Amino acid sequence: MTELPRLPSAGGCRDTPILKQRGQREVFCGLTGIIWLHRKMQDAFFLVIGSRTCAHLLQSAAGVMIFAEPRFGTAILEETDLAGLADAQDELDKVVNELLARRPDIKQLFLVGSCPSEVIKLDLAKAAERMSQTHAPHVRVLNFSGSGIETTFTQGEDACLASMVPVLPKDDQRQLLLVGALPDVVEEQAIGLLEAMGIGPIKVLPAPRATDDLGVGSGTVYALTQPFLGDTHDALTRRGARHLPAPFPFGEEGTTQWLAAIATEFGVAPDLFEQVTAAPRARARKAISQASENLRGKSVFFFPDSQLEIPLARFLTRECSMDAIEVSAPFIHKGIVGPDLDMLASGPTISEGQDVDLQLDRARDARPDLIVCGLGLANPLEAEGLATKWAIELVFTPVHFYEQAGDLAGLFSRPIRRAETLKLNSVSFDEKYRGDVGAGPHAGPQ
Amino acid sequence: MKLTVWTYEGPPHVGAMRVATGMTGLHYVLHAPQGDTYADLLFTMIERRDHRPPVTYTTFQARDLGADTANLFKSAAQDAYDRFRPEAIIVGASCTAELIQDDPGGMAETMGLPVPVIPLELPSYQRKENFGADETFFQIVKTLAKPMARTKQITANLIGPTALGFRHRDDIQEVTTLLSDMGISVNVVAPMTSSPQDISRMGAAHFNVLMYPETGESAARWMARELDQPYTKVVPIGVGATQDFVAEVAGITGRDAYLDTSRLRLPWYSKSVDSTYLTGKRVFIFGDGTHVMAAARVARDEMGFEVVGMGCYNRELARPVRAMAKDFGIAATITDDYLEVERVIEALQPEMILGTQMERHIGKRLGIPCAVISAPVHVQDFPARYSPQMGIEGANVLFDTWVHPLVMGLEEHLLHMFRDDFEFHDAAGASHHGGSAPAASADGGPAPQTPRGISGQKKSESGDVIWLDAAERELKKIPFFVRGKARRNTESFAAERGVGEISVDTLYEAKAHFAR
Repeated sequence: MTELPRLPSAGGCRDTPILKQRGQREVFCGLTGIIWLHRKMQDAFFLVIGSRTCAHLLQSAAGVMIFAEPRFGTAILEETDLAGLADAQDELDKVVNELLARRPDIKQLFLVGSCPSEVIKLDLAKAAERMSQTHAPHVRVLNFSGSGIETTFTQGEDACLASMVPVLPKDDQRQLLLVGALPDVVEEQAIGLLEAMGIGPIKVLPAPRATDDLGVGSGTVYALTQPFLGDTHDALTRRGARHLPAPFPFGEEGTTQWLAAIATEFGVAPDLFEQVTAAPRARARKAISQASENLRGKSVFFFPDSQLEIPLARFLTRECSMDAIEVSAPFIHKGIVGPDLDMLASGPTISEGQDVDLQLDRARDARPDLIVCGLGLANPLEAEGLATKWAIELVFTPVHFYEQAGDLAGLFSRPIRRAETLKLNSVSFDEKYRGDVGAGPHAGPQ
Repeated sequence: MKLTVWTYEGPPHVGAMRVATGMTGLHYVLHAPQGDTYADLLFTMIERRDHRPPVTYTTFQARDLGADTANLFKSAAQDAYDRFRPEAIIVGASCTAELIQDDPGGMAETMGLPVPVIPLELPSYQRKENFGADETFFQIVKTLAKPMARTKQITANLIGPTALGFRHRDDIQEVTTLLSDMGISVNVVAPMTSSPQDISRMGAAHFNVLMYPETGESAARWMARELDQPYTKVVPIGVGATQDFVAEVAGITGRDAYLDTSRLRLPWYSKSVDSTYLTGKRVFIFGDGTHVMAAARVARDEMGFEVVGMGCYNRELARPVRAMAKDFGIAATITDDYLEVERVIEALQPEMILGTQMERHIGKRLGIPCAVISAPVHVQDFPARYSPQMGIEGANVLFDTWVHPLVMGLEEHLLHMFRDDFEFHDAAGASHHGGSAPAASADGGPAPQTPRGISGQKKSESGDVIWLDAAERELKKIPFFVRGKARRNTESFAAERGVGEISVDTLYEAKAHFAR
């Protein structure tokens, strides 16, 4: 097909012992995925059954309120629901009936479990089944858990997609299924390249609309576009579909290997593969080399966040010449990120889970040139003079495939470039801004 | 069960975090699942704090539920003490931990930690953020503050400011100035800026200035009762209220009611002829009760607006807000349902909204200008510049920030008016490029508005490069705010290389070329 990736001579990280610590984890729960999933599935509504905290999280994570009535909301549990004074199932029916009456545009409803609903063991599967019967054929009702006691950040998308697989119609025709919610422009690029190689039919999970013709069966082979889709992977396998393992399509190399795995499966001639990918590969290489100029030889430290960490570390070390000090993921599923681990040269600490205080100690000791971490840690680390990249941007921004490879490198190089650009070091930071000191006409010690 | 799309207040434990994060030397051990750590970003991102909030979350998981979440809590509390060495610890549960009934307060008390441990009971399924802050501060004060000798000179405590508060940072400064001008110094500002040790010497002040009833009233009442400290009832937002505040402080302390108005500009700015157009502007006011009541008075008496509606989301202040609305001859909207607020605004059709960040979004959708007067806050509510709401400078700030969106509103109105003019039409090029102006049709009828977009191929702005259909479609997928730049870059890239037609490949070649 195309040249195989040069594997690290000293060996990859697949068999590196994984550091596992137990302590406070500074991560989002799976509900956060609703923010991008509802944009992707245009006729779906995500109803969280939870507390005010869930609603507040969604609002804070969404950042701005773009819609008067977004296609997500929270059915907030109240005292009466908890004390058993009201039958929670009846209450839920009432909320859903009102919602669907007001929103006839909704064709798929996801009942999303939360920490409180899990703890009180509210049976959302039963509710979804009952409501599906009531509201068929107009609305399909499914359920999944985005709770923080069961899911971490991107696992919410995994749980959502996995919940859709069992209800897909059986379809044994030969087809390629791309799995993962990607921005449209990126998804279209991937499909364009694959179609140019004569591969088809190509389907996507999640489909933009419930009515889109999507089935699954023994003729289905699927490629994951995101590394966090373990449960969806298992659910598809159970339906007879076959996984095409590959490195993830970040950077030129990752994209080429990912496409090659599919092309091999579909018997695409090497000439044709070369013909289709040559120009975008060259562009990607060029863009990466420009965007990664100030990443070369710099060190990077990943806090656990989205499960994208291992493929991204592979990209940054191999294509941007960075040195990884620690690569940490909330979960490491070797069946999925194995090919990326093989390509990631051994050396960095590979860690799973987190004790955030101990991990911060390690990061401070290592003083890496760049720390990839969540929003709660970024500014405090910057204040200590450590450059950071917010990990959440990596799931909100188009970063997959050839044409975004330069942008992906740019996301990491910008904080470093900024640190080098700003000439503020002469300003004393001895008196740190603590968020509570006024600067008025009479400022100063009282 | 109640369907909520957007919420004005977070859960009560976020209120407790606002107290803890504003303080120093205090640590909060919160029994909560991992997702609840999102609350850290409120402080580190919205308020740009350079430290993590002093909160340790137990982050229990589903597999812990059957086992031993209680021990998890104890080890988290011990680790937090060992690592951070706080002067005092507050402990509590978030909504999920409340359900598993581990009793963090009871457990922490049995641990024998060498510092005061203050248990919090914050009912997550009944109460909200402001209650959480008020109750937490009250519990801290009740535990640590003791009656003691008064300071020799007259001093006051400023109470109510918290982390993530709307302009609390600058209000502290302004109120300190008001008092200082009267010869009164500040004993303790709390919860924000204070340590547990500071709290323990609050009893030395002669009186309390209750800056924000939402977050400080329970503590103020307790200190009035137990420490014999009167507290102020007037919140000095606006010229009249600031004068009343000074008079009230004079009444409490016996000092002269002195107010330095040399920097006060609101009255003259409001009287100057340029402000005539503000007369009778119909405004709708919504937010927390304290800021709404202050804003209503300023709007009517100091800006010359007509208040057509007002309300608050915190039921704790429903009664005074209702009373004031009655006095204004209007109905009060007391609700925490965002959609209901939007319906009221739609029905009232005000010319301006004084609201929260949530009403700012309503205003955007309905095309009504909005100035933000109250929490919930957004990153832009923490400006780099000094921008108080209270006192003299606060009044000046109110004038500027309320008038600003009206001017902007006028600009936006003009843009809308001209939006459909051929020069501004989406399909028309910039007016100074003669080549793209639509030609008058042969029959002399009205000029067609869409000469571009009919043909699949479009000339570039410089006129010598052709955009192929597919490339033009691809370009449209790029967000509008960078599309212009992408178009220009691609065209100059093509021109430099003598490429006559821009294809999708050219577009991406150029993108790669300019990648940074």
